[in-house]
Order: sequence, then structure tokens, then C-alpha cells
Amino acid sequence: MLATLNARATLLSLVFLTVALGAWEMACQPPEKSVALSEYELLMGGAEQEARVPPPSAVIALAYKELSDPFYDAGPNDKGIGIQLAYSIYRVLVGFFLAAAVAIPIGFVIGMSPLMYKAMNPYIQVLRPISPLAWMPLALFIIQDSEASAIFVIFICSIWPMLLNTAFGVANVRKDWVNVALTHELSQVRTALTVILPAAAPTILTGMRISIGIAWLVIVAAEMLVGGTGIGYYVWNEWNNLDLASVIFSIFMIGIVGMALDLALSATTRFVQYKE
Amino acid sequence: MVHPFVEIQGLAKRYPKADNGEELTVFENANFTIDKGEFVCVIGHSGCGKSTILNILAGLDEATDGIVIMNGKEVVGPGLERGVVFQNYSLMPWLSALKNITFAVRARWPHWSKDKIVEHSRKFLKLVGLDGVEDRKPSELSGGMRQRVSIARSFATQPQMLLLDEPFGALDALTRGVIQEELLKIWSETRQTVFMITHDVDEAILLSDRILLMTNGPYARIAESVKVSIPRPRNRNSVIHHPGYYRIRNHLVEFLVTRSKALSGKISDEDDGETVVVDPAATTAAVVSVSQPPLSSNDSQQEKMAR
Repeated sequence: MLATLNARATLLSLVFLTVALGAWEMACQPPEKSVALSEYELLMGGAEQEARVPPPSAVIALAYKELSDPFYDAGPNDKGIGIQLAYSIYRVLVGFFLAAAVAIPIGFVIGMSPLMYKAMNPYIQVLRPISPLAWMPLALFIIQDSEASAIFVIFICSIWPMLLNTAFGVANVRKDWVNVALTHELSQVRTALTVILPAAAPTILTGMRISIGIAWLVIVAAEMLVGGTGIGYYVWNEWNNLDLASVIFSIFMIGIVGMALDLALSATTRFVQYKE
Repeated sequence: MVHPFVEIQGLAKRYPKADNGEELTVFENANFTIDKGEFVCVIGHSGCGKSTILNILAGLDEATDGIVIMNGKEVVGPGLERGVVFQNYSLMPWLSALKNITFAVRARWPHWSKDKIVEHSRKFLKLVGLDGVEDRKPSELSGGMRQRVSIARSFATQPQMLLLDEPFGALDALTRGVIQEELLKIWSETRQTVFMITHDVDEAILLSDRILLMTNGPYARIAESVKVSIPRPRNRNSVIHHPGYYRIRNHLVEFLVTRSKALSGKISDEDDGETVVVDPAATTAAVVSVSQPPLSSNDSQQEKMAR
């Protein structure tokens, strides 16, 4: 029954894809030329007078070309999609793990100590809703390096979901397990590592999953601002080049990489998940 | 002067009331002793503070008044010399059955080698009849098996006193009976001092040397200390044929149904709040009337209410 459900869902997905691509293809055909091109037009390479969204066939052709050689490097304005994505992933991962290294310990402290929670909560509540891009000018001024500033923006946007989820997970560890640690005279550190950490791990991982999702959203915007390299810069650069097929192609690539990052973390979650 | 192994003196628990500042006394003036190797049960209605007494003994809760002395030293905070079995098992769900026990054994003897810890843990898992399920997680075990792991964990650390908080409360009657006998078996081998809370009159008689009866809260107190003078070894079948069994049982049920309420409330001035020692099974027992015929329909009705 499950197999047939999966098969039917796959079939239906393919139908949706075909219909969507078909409709897009039809809507984006260039109009029939009623008159032959003038000599001038031929001289100008037959350029069309009206720009339009490229049809999926053009995007797929470009995707095939780009993906068959993703790592070429022909100067600052012409790098393969693989290089651009690698820059973005690198920035996201550095910012994300720096944030994890800060957020998880602080989340632990806040979760274990109601005093710290009350003392820190106002700052968290004020800092959390700030758009990470609003930090960009300040980061550029202080850090004086666009690459590091982009990483800082990722850091600042990744920190909050991890911090809050860690604090929540730690604060809600079942009292019984803490009591078991107490009656076995475990030290604070051992209690934190052998009881509270595994108990809160699924909640912490959920926070990490939310963070990496947000980080991937933010890196595109950050790279549009700082420029140079990265998928965000690539999208904006291709827009400036009026290469809409590349823009559409990179949009899909952003989606695919974002999904891969999420899947990687949800696979990690399975290792720490437990059933009560 | 020889001190008893555990001595509880003038124990009381009061909570400050939020709205009018008047405090709520759960229980007060609890005095009792436990001898080394003795199995003591506490029975009382919900809300009389028996779990609080156990938590104070465990060091997980603080008494408002009074002290607990064990082995000549005051009990402050939790410690490995007192093992606790909680009603909801409190096993770590991310650890296997065996790892749950090695966790405790390692905490007890940190300098032991890994092999020795595992070997010691396996021995206790076997003692509760759980060899073969070492690698299963608690979620893959039945309620009875989980509680067995929990009991094995507490016995494995060989505490000087075991505290059992309604350990069989969440189990069905048949499983409960089996584990009660297993507990008796382990206990008869180790002869640990046990302090146990229960709602089950039959369970208390089967297991304990002495049963402490608490009046209803607030202002609960330990009104009676009932001796269970039925010789050991006992088992579920033989114990009910002992002539004293129903005398003890009727005494307990009668206390729970009527006198726990009648004796509740603040202690009057003329009553010194002393715990009365009774021995219903002894032929000369004069304190209690045992005129009711055992197992009358009325009686089993009361017993259900008492549970």
C-alpha cells in the first residue's frame, strides 16, 4: 500500500512538473517574425527588441552547460556555478559553526540557571528581531573586510534559534533524569555532558536546523551586498548581465543546496533522537 | 547508647501560601527509626506527604523542620549511599538497559575498569531476570521490564539504604506480583535497608517488617507503626495462609478507611503525637479489633477504596 502510495505520488509529481514546465515553455516563446530581419538587424546579431523570460528549455540547456563544467574560473566576472556555491557554503558553514560554538554553551547556561535566563532575556529579545543585514554596515566598518563581514552576518543570524532552542531544551530536561544524576553524585560537568546534553540534544539539533535554514536565506542577500564571489553575488551579477536564464538556474541551485543542508542536519538529528 | 541505623526526628514540611501568607503544613512531627536491614513500608492517602518524606530521605527535598540521621551523620543532599527507585522508572531513554546500569555503577566506583563495570552490571541485570535484553532501549521494554532495570540499577550501586517511591504503582497487578517476589528475592540476598512507599496493602504485608501508617494531610503525621510478624521467607501464596495475615490486613484497611481521617488534622494538646506501635498478628494484640471476618465483600470494597 505504501509502495503504491509512493509510486502514485511520484507519478503525480511528474505530471505537475510536466504541466508547469509545459505552460512556462508555451508562455515564453518568442513571437513569429512577420517580417524578415532587416540588414541592420542581421548586422546587430538579430537581437530581439523585447526582453522576455527565457523558456525552461533555455534554462535546462544552460544548466546542462554549467553543470558539466561547474568549477571553471575565467576571471572575477566569470566563475563556474560550483565555485560560487562553494564560496557561499563555506561562508554559511563558518558562520554557522562559530554561532553554534557560542550559542550552545550560552544556551546551556541560560537553560540551567533561571537567574541567567532572566538577566539575559531582555537582550536576546531585543537583538533577535534585528534583520541580520542591518548589522552589515557596522560589520564592514569594524571588521573592514567584506568576506569576514558576510560571515559575521551569518553568525549573528544563526545564533538566536540555536541559543533559544538550547536554553529551552536544557530547561525542560525531565526532572527525574536530573534527580538520577543528583542521587548518583555526578559532578555538574558530568551531569551536563552525560544527562542534560543527550536529553536536550534533539531540541538543540532542531535549533541548528532552523539556524542553517535562515543562514542560507541570509547569505544570498549578504553576498548581493558585499559582492565578489558567492551565489548571491552570482544572481545579482547575472541580473546586471541581463542573463535571465542564469538567474533562474541559480535560483534553482539555491533551492537545491538549501534542501541538501536541511537534509544533512535532519539526518544528524536521527543520531541523537530518542523515544521515551 | 546504640543509635538506630536511620533516625528521623521531628520532620516537618511546610509550604508558604502565596495569597494570605498562611503556610500549609503537609506533615509535621514525623519521628521514626529504621534498623539496619529492615524493610519498612509507608502507607497513607495521597497528599499526606509520604513522597516528600522519601525525597527528604533521598536528599532531593528539604525539610522545613527536623533532621534525618543515617549512620550517625545528618543527611544533607543526595548521595550514593542512598539509592532511589522512582515510580516512573527514570531510565535514560537514550541508553540501553545495560548502559543505564553501567552509568550508575561507573558513578559509584569511578576507578573500576570498563570490563569490571560491565560484568558487575550484567550480574544485576541477570538478578532481575533480564539477561538477553541488555542492548534494548527502555522504549523497547515493557513497563515491568523497565522497572526491573530501575531496581537492578539501584541494587547494583549497593547503597546502604534503598528508597522506593511506589515502584510498582504503574504496573498491572500480575506483573506487580511477579516483580514483588523478585524484589523479595534480591532483598533476601543483599539484606539492604529499604524504605518504600506503597498504596497496596497486600504488597506492604508481603514485603515489609514494619508498616508506617500516615494520617491524611494537611498536618499529616505518622500515627502507627505496625509490625508484620510473619516469618520469612515469604511468598505471595504462603503469606496469605499465615494466621496473622488478615489481622494485619484488616487493621491496615480499617486505618486507611476510617482512622486515617479521624486522626487527621492538628495534634491536640493532650495528644503528644507519638507513634503507636502495634502488632496485630501477635495473639495478645489488644489494640485493634479484628472481629470482622476476613475477606467479606464489604472488606474487599473498602480495600479498593483504600488503594
